[in-house]
Parts: sequence; C-alpha cells; structure tokens
Amino acid sequence: MRKLNILLGVAIAGIAGFFGIKEIIADPVYFLELVLGGLTRGSIYALIALGYTMVYGIIQLINFAHGEIYMIGAMTALIVASVLGLWGWNSGVIVFLAFAFAILYSCAYGFTVEKIAYKPLRNAPRLSALISAIGMSLFLQNYVMLAQTPEFMPFESLIPDFQFWEPFAHIITAVEMSIIVTTVIVMILLGMLIKFTKIGKAMRATAQDKVMASLVGINVNRVISTTFVVGSATAAIGGVLIACHVGQVNFFIGFLAGIKAFIAAVLGGIGSVPGAVLGSLVLGISESMFTGYFWSEYEDVFAFTILVIILIFRPSGILGKDETSKV
Amino acid sequence: MVTKKEIKQSFFIALWFMVLTFPLMVIKVNTIKNIVVFRWTNLIWVGIVGFLASLIWNYFLRMKDEKKKADTKDNIPIVHRLLQNEKFRIPFLAAIGIFALVYPFVFPMYHTSIMISALVYVMLGLGLNIVVGLAGLLDLGYVAFYAVGAYAYALLNLHFGISFWVVLPIAALLGTIFGTLLGYPVLRLRGDYLAIVTLGFGEIIRIVLENWDELGNGPRGIGNIPSPSFFGHQFNQHNSVIYIYFIVIALVLLTIFFVNRLENSRIGRAWIALRDDEIACQAMGIDKFKTKLTAFALGATWAALGGVVFAAKTSFINPMSFTIWESITILCVVVIGGMGSAIGVIAGALVLILLPEYLRAVAEYRMLVFGALQVVVMVFKPEGLIQGVRKIYKFKKVEE
Amino acid sequence: MEPILNVKNLTMNFGGLKALDTVNLTVEKGQIAALIGPNGAGKTTFFNCITGIYEPSEGLVEITPPGKPTQKLNGLKTNYVTERGLARTFQNIRLFEGMTVLENVMIGRHCRLKSGIIKAMLRTSSQKDEEKQAVYDSYEILEKIGLDQYVDEMAVNLPYGAQRRLEIARALATDPFLLLLDEPAAGMNPQETKELDELIVWLRDNENVSILLIEHDMKLVMSLSDNIHVVDYGKKIAEGTPEEVKSNPEVIKAYLGDESEDA
Repeated sequence: MRKLNILLGVAIAGIAGFFGIKEIIADPVYFLELVLGGLTRGSIYALIALGYTMVYGIIQLINFAHGEIYMIGAMTALIVASVLGLWGWNSGVIVFLAFAFAILYSCAYGFTVEKIAYKPLRNAPRLSALISAIGMSLFLQNYVMLAQTPEFMPFESLIPDFQFWEPFAHIITAVEMSIIVTTVIVMILLGMLIKFTKIGKAMRATAQDKVMASLVGINVNRVISTTFVVGSATAAIGGVLIACHVGQVNFFIGFLAGIKAFIAAVLGGIGSVPGAVLGSLVLGISESMFTGYFWSEYEDVFAFTILVIILIFRPSGILGKDETSKV
Repeated sequence: MVTKKEIKQSFFIALWFMVLTFPLMVIKVNTIKNIVVFRWTNLIWVGIVGFLASLIWNYFLRMKDEKKKADTKDNIPIVHRLLQNEKFRIPFLAAIGIFALVYPFVFPMYHTSIMISALVYVMLGLGLNIVVGLAGLLDLGYVAFYAVGAYAYALLNLHFGISFWVVLPIAALLGTIFGTLLGYPVLRLRGDYLAIVTLGFGEIIRIVLENWDELGNGPRGIGNIPSPSFFGHQFNQHNSVIYIYFIVIALVLLTIFFVNRLENSRIGRAWIALRDDEIACQAMGIDKFKTKLTAFALGATWAALGGVVFAAKTSFINPMSFTIWESITILCVVVIGGMGSAIGVIAGALVLILLPEYLRAVAEYRMLVFGALQVVVMVFKPEGLIQGVRKIYKFKKVEE
Repeated sequence: MEPILNVKNLTMNFGGLKALDTVNLTVEKGQIAALIGPNGAGKTTFFNCITGIYEPSEGLVEITPPGKPTQKLNGLKTNYVTERGLARTFQNIRLFEGMTVLENVMIGRHCRLKSGIIKAMLRTSSQKDEEKQAVYDSYEILEKIGLDQYVDEMAVNLPYGAQRRLEIARALATDPFLLLLDEPAAGMNPQETKELDELIVWLRDNENVSILLIEHDMKLVMSLSDNIHVVDYGKKIAEGTPEEVKSNPEVIKAYLGDESEDA
C-alpha cells in the first residue's frame, strides 16, 4: 500500500514535471511571476496558519474564529488609517499606527474569544468546543457586518511604491516584496520567542503535557492566553498586508483565508510551527501554479482537494509526527 | 446573589468591551465619500449590555458549577414528562394534529409557504441530528446533499420529464450514494478534521455547480420546476402550495417515525455509544467505521429528500441556495434545539426559522444571534433547548 | 489444561522506548490469571496490544476459543478481537454516559445481534424478537452482577463501585471466553473489593469464562489468582503460583527497589 502511494506520487510528479518544464521554457517570466505570486500568497497563509497550528498544538482545537481575527485586524487598520488620513496625519505615522492598532485589537479580540468561547469548555467534549468555535466565527462575522457594512470597502495601500524597487516592479510589486520580507522577519522573531524565551518554553511544555506543565508550576491558563494573543498578532499582520495587496476588505475575507490557512497548517503537519510555514508556502505556490496554468475558477476546489488527499494519505502532514491515542 | 466583587468585575468587563468594540462600533468610515461618523451612542449601549451580560454570564457559570456539585440527577424536560403522561399525551398530539391539518386552510398562502420552509428545516434538522446529535460527527457540508436532491429533481425533470414522486426515491438513493462516497475516505479521519473536510466538500459542490454551465446553467440556475402532481392531476398555484404542505407534513411524520425507531435500535445505540466513547465502543465489538458510515449516509439521504421538496416548492434553484450558511443554519437548528433530541430539533427548527420570518425587524440579526446562541448553549446547556431522553424498557412486566 | 490465550515474544516499541520486550504469557482454560508489576511496567500496554488498540511491533498473539481451532489475533481491529471472544474493561472507567445502565449492557450485545438499518426502520418481527431477547439477556446479566436495581439509571449517576461492576457486566454481554480486567478494584473500598473477589470467582465457575486481570491490590491478587505473571520495565520477570511469586527475589527487587544499591 505504502509503496503504491509513493509510486503514484512519483508518477504524478513526473507528469506534472514534464508538463511544467515545457511550459516554463515557453514563458519563463510568467512562471517566475507565478512562483512569486504564490510565495506572497503563501506568506499570508503562513501568518494566519501559525495561529491555527499553535492553538491546535496546545488545546487541540480548530479555532474557527481565527480567520475572523485576521479580518478584524484588516478592518481596524482600515478604520484607523482612514480616520488619521482624514485628519491629515503624516503617512509614515499612519502606517505605524494602523499596524499597531490592528495588532493590538486583534490580540485583544483573540484573548477575549478564548475567555468566552473556549475556556469554559476546556474539559467538555471536543465536539462542544468545536461548535462553540463555529458559533464564535459566525458571531464575529455578523458583528462586523452589522457594525460596519456588508459591502467591500476600498483599502488604500499603506505601503508606498518604493523608488529603489522600480527596476523589479514588473515582476514583483513593492507590496508583494514587503509581504514576503515582513513574513520572514515575523517568522524569525516568532521562532526566537518559542525557542529562547521563558514563555516560549512554557508553551512547548504545555503543548506536550498540560497536567505535567501545571505540576511544574507553569500557569497553563496564561500560556493558552498568550498563545491566542501571539497567534492573533501574526494574523493581524497578515490581515493588514493582504488588505494592502488586494486593496479592499469586507467582513467575509476571514472565512476563506482562514480555511486555506488551516489547510496549509494541516498540510505542513498541524501543531508544528515550521510545518505551518512550509505547508503555507507549498499551498500558496501550488495554488498559484494551478490557477495560472489550469482553471482559475476552481482555485478553492484545488485547495480542498489537497486537504482531502493529505488527510487520507498522510494525516500527520509533511513535518508532523504520528500520534497514538492514549487509553 | 450578586456580590460587590462581581459588580466591580462586571464594571471592568464592560469597560473592556467598550474599548474592544470602539473602532468597529463607534467609528464608521465611508472610504468613497471620505466621511467619518462617530456613533457615540453605540458606546453607551455596549457599556450597558456588556455590564449586564457579564453579570448574567457569571451568575449562570456559578449556577452551572453548583448544579454539577450538587447532583447530576437528570431533570427530564417538561415536554417529555407531558408526553409520557398518558392523560395528557393524546389530547396534546391531537391538538397539534388538528392545528397542522387546518393550518393551510385558515391562514393565507404566504404563511403556508413559510411553514413549508420551516418544515423542510425540521426534516433537514432531524437528518443532521442523526449525524451530529446521535453519532457525534460534525458535518459542515450537509447542504451538499441537499443540493444533490434539489438538482436531481430539477435535472431529471428537465431532461427526462420524470415526476416528483418518481424522483423522490431516486434522490434518496443518490443522497445515500453520495454520502457513502464522501464518507468512505473521510470518516476514518479524526473528528475535527471531518468538520473541515465536509465544509470543503460542501463548497466544492457549490463551486462546481456555479461553474459547470452545461450541468445546471451555472449561477443562472434552473427554473420552471413543476410542483408535484396528484395522480397526474396538476393543481393551480394556490392549491399546489397546500398540497406541498401536506406532502412535507407526511415526510416529516415519516422522518420522525423512522428516526424514533432507529434511535432505539441496535444501530442507534451504537451511534450514541460511538459519540460517547470511541475506544470503549470498539472494545464492545462495534465496527467504528461502518457505524459512522451508516449515520453519515442516512443523514445524506434525508438531506436529499429535503432538497427535492425544496426544488418542488420554489420551482427555481440556483447554487446560491446551497451556501455554507445553509449548512450552518441547519447545524444551529440541531445544536440549539438539542443534539440527539428529536423533539428539541423540531422545536429548534420551528423557532429558529419562523421567528426571523415574522420578526422582520430582527431578521438581519439572525445569524449574529445564531452564532451567539451556539456559544451560549455549548457553554451553559450543551444538551440544548430540550434534552433528549433515553427509552425506558418495560421488560419487568413482561418477565415477571 | 488447554491454553486459550497464547502470547509469544510480544514486543511493543513507542519510538525508541520498548514498552514491552519479548513477553511470553499463557492463560489456560478456567484459570484466573493476574498480570502484576510496578506502575508503568507495561501492563495496560499489554492489554492494548492483545485487544488490537495498539498493533504490536513484534510477536504473536493466538487464541483458542473453546471448541474452535487456534487463530492469530495480530493486526485484527479491536471490534473483531471482541467478536472472537476477548472482552475487556478499562482502568479509567469508560462507560457510555449518555445511556442508561441497561443500554450500556445492550451495547455489549451489539456484536451478537444482526438487525441492520432497514430492519430497524421497518421493525420486522425478527428485529423485534431480537431486541426483546437482547433486553432480556442484558437484564439477566445485570441481575447476575447485582446491578438490577439500577437498570434505568443513567450510567453516570451510578456510585463508583457500581460503575466498575457495570464495566464488567458490559464486557460479559459480548459472550467472551476470556475476560481482561484492567484494575477492577481500583478505588474500591474493602467491602466492595471483597464483593468483587466473589464476583470474579463466581464468573469463572458459572459463566465459563477465564480471567486475566491487572491489579495493584496484592491481597486480592494473591487470594484470587491461580497463576501470576510479573512484568517490570516491559520485561516479564517471573511467573508462578501466588506462593512462588511472593518468594521470588526478582519480584521483591522489582517492587521494593534494589536494596543493595540503595545501601
């Protein structure tokens, strides 16, 4: 069975590779554009997927409301930037404050959502927490829709078209480049946080064994809250960046982005931080290729198909570990 | 009752919510006209509601803890107690029966039409209840099977002129087949992955319907779907609505009848056992996968039946009727009504579907309230509005 | 005496950890056997390997049901193991909380019943008879185990000792020839333990089942068992009658620690 799977994989990769090489030679610039477009897309997925994977690693819950946190980040940035813009503030200050408020508010929402919808259900059956998460997601979406508007709102890019970037701008725009660079920086910072700081160590310990962690004096509740806050912060950064890139936001953008990011997290191996990044990049680039060379209208179908295939053949993802349930 | 400490705490929580909701609730920007409006009254409302909500929340949380400590003696819901009471049961059921019977003749067509929608949700809810409530499988793509049924009727009728009554069993079969085909690969997955995969499947079906013009006209949909005939006789529009109403009533009764039998059968018990503890269930000799698959496929069957009725009622379908929101609405019906409780689901469907129809003022808050209710129900009353009760076997009379 | 369970060289690896290392064990018909050892010695892992919850890394698990040929259990899913006549209870009670006591036992009958969905929906006469029989059988088991006063209670509302007994009743309902009991006396008071002792012997004498149990209550183990197997760090270190095991220096060392080292 396993051999057959590998064989099948190699065969598909071979056919795709052969086809791909032909296409690449025909139009290498287009191919490069697709790769970079995919990289940008993947970076955004990665920023969101981190929140999913860290939360899942610690409390084994799919935080359905995570996509909404990302949307709230983008919305807050839009509102702050618009108000300050009307007041005639300096654009540099606006960029800084828009990002700062977006992150702050997303963190606050993430924190609050956990306290309301998940904390009381920590010892309840998994199904209950999952339904609560769906309810939260539904609530936040409609809250933003009713408080603001169901329409798309245009989002003026906060990131200027840098002068020095002019020569490359026909392949990758300044915004796209900023997305990739920002993501890399965030990843490095996050990696350091998890690896070297005290709270990072506490997070890893809690992910491994909650009871044991609390016995050695780790405040598990605080670790869980921190995880939500950190995940929300990266999602907010993703939200603002994507809003700059696409140029519009509405209350619904979090839904699909959230699901795609979750797929990326599963693809990489849920619970694993490097896995989430890798999975996001793989999903972003392959999605970009698929829409570029095949059918663009079936973009979402492609992502879901990847999810189903991964879950059936390798549920632990690219970097995930196998787990055996305890009895 | 409420302590000083709680009031103080609620005050700070209210403040927290005022800060939290400030940008979204107070500021409203119009980026096209470049206007910013500050809606300060909203801030006051958030403060008041936040304060009260926090007090109530804490109170219920404390009640829940105390109840847990005291005793978990099951308090049987009043509806069940009334239904178990022989003296009450017959008049009660008779009253409902008579009401259902005269309803379409007393009320105008508009109300009958709304009632049909609500009853279709009762069917869908009872079907999904098998999957989510009894077997504990979170299916977020239930609407896909609903679409299968609706499109089966529309297409089979369009191309082959097959009538409603013939399509009904065909669609049920198609639902079962689709349910099995999807269930086969995904039911081996851990529970929470199932939610995402089914959600994905639901979206795939919708996207395919939207883009595959040759199949069902894409987003333009299929129109002129005939309403059911009565032994070849086609009713006029008014009578046709009444006719469909009775068909739905019959189907709902049939559903209740079957689900009730299933619930207290070997398979039904296995579903519930699986929901409660998978490992113990397998150790009792139950095939986990097969049992899950039967629940999933059976749920799909009911969704397909509902789809056929829906298509016949609206006489026009397009992919927009089968979005994820439809799945979530059905899920809300089951969760809020009471997972695993047929009476709960029926009550849930009627309340959640009829109320927004008649309270137009609050209709736009429908989904907001649904979302909030899901959280509240899960936190405080996971068994839902009306809890299910297990059958009490009367064997002692037989044996002794 | 004929062996009904035969385990040869059973090994279970978790990553680099050897939870079980070439364990051999035989249970004979009509025996009450015990598997003992310090915490974390691999006893529950042993049960999980036999019942198909884990797939053993190496080794052979064979059963010989009374009057049937010998068959291999390796790689069989849990439910098939149960179908073949091995039933178990769990160390941490795992009852079906949303069901009544009677229904819990009826779940145990599941694999001996046949009616499917269609029959249940149509409620055919064969289905009705089967259900009636299942209710009757389940009630009878509850009577035997002494739980009949709780029949219609929800399983969660039972007192602790009764919950443990219900686990046994549920396992018994699957018609096993070998019962695997995982710490049946854990958390019981002396009175309850004494009743359990009597119940286990009664089961062996009247229900035609053999028993393999994991237990920490040494008094219970010594009074009950015909044969005791001792494991430590995943390895089997001793086997024999209660007297033999009691005086085995290896066993004393495993339980009390190596005194020469401590000194």
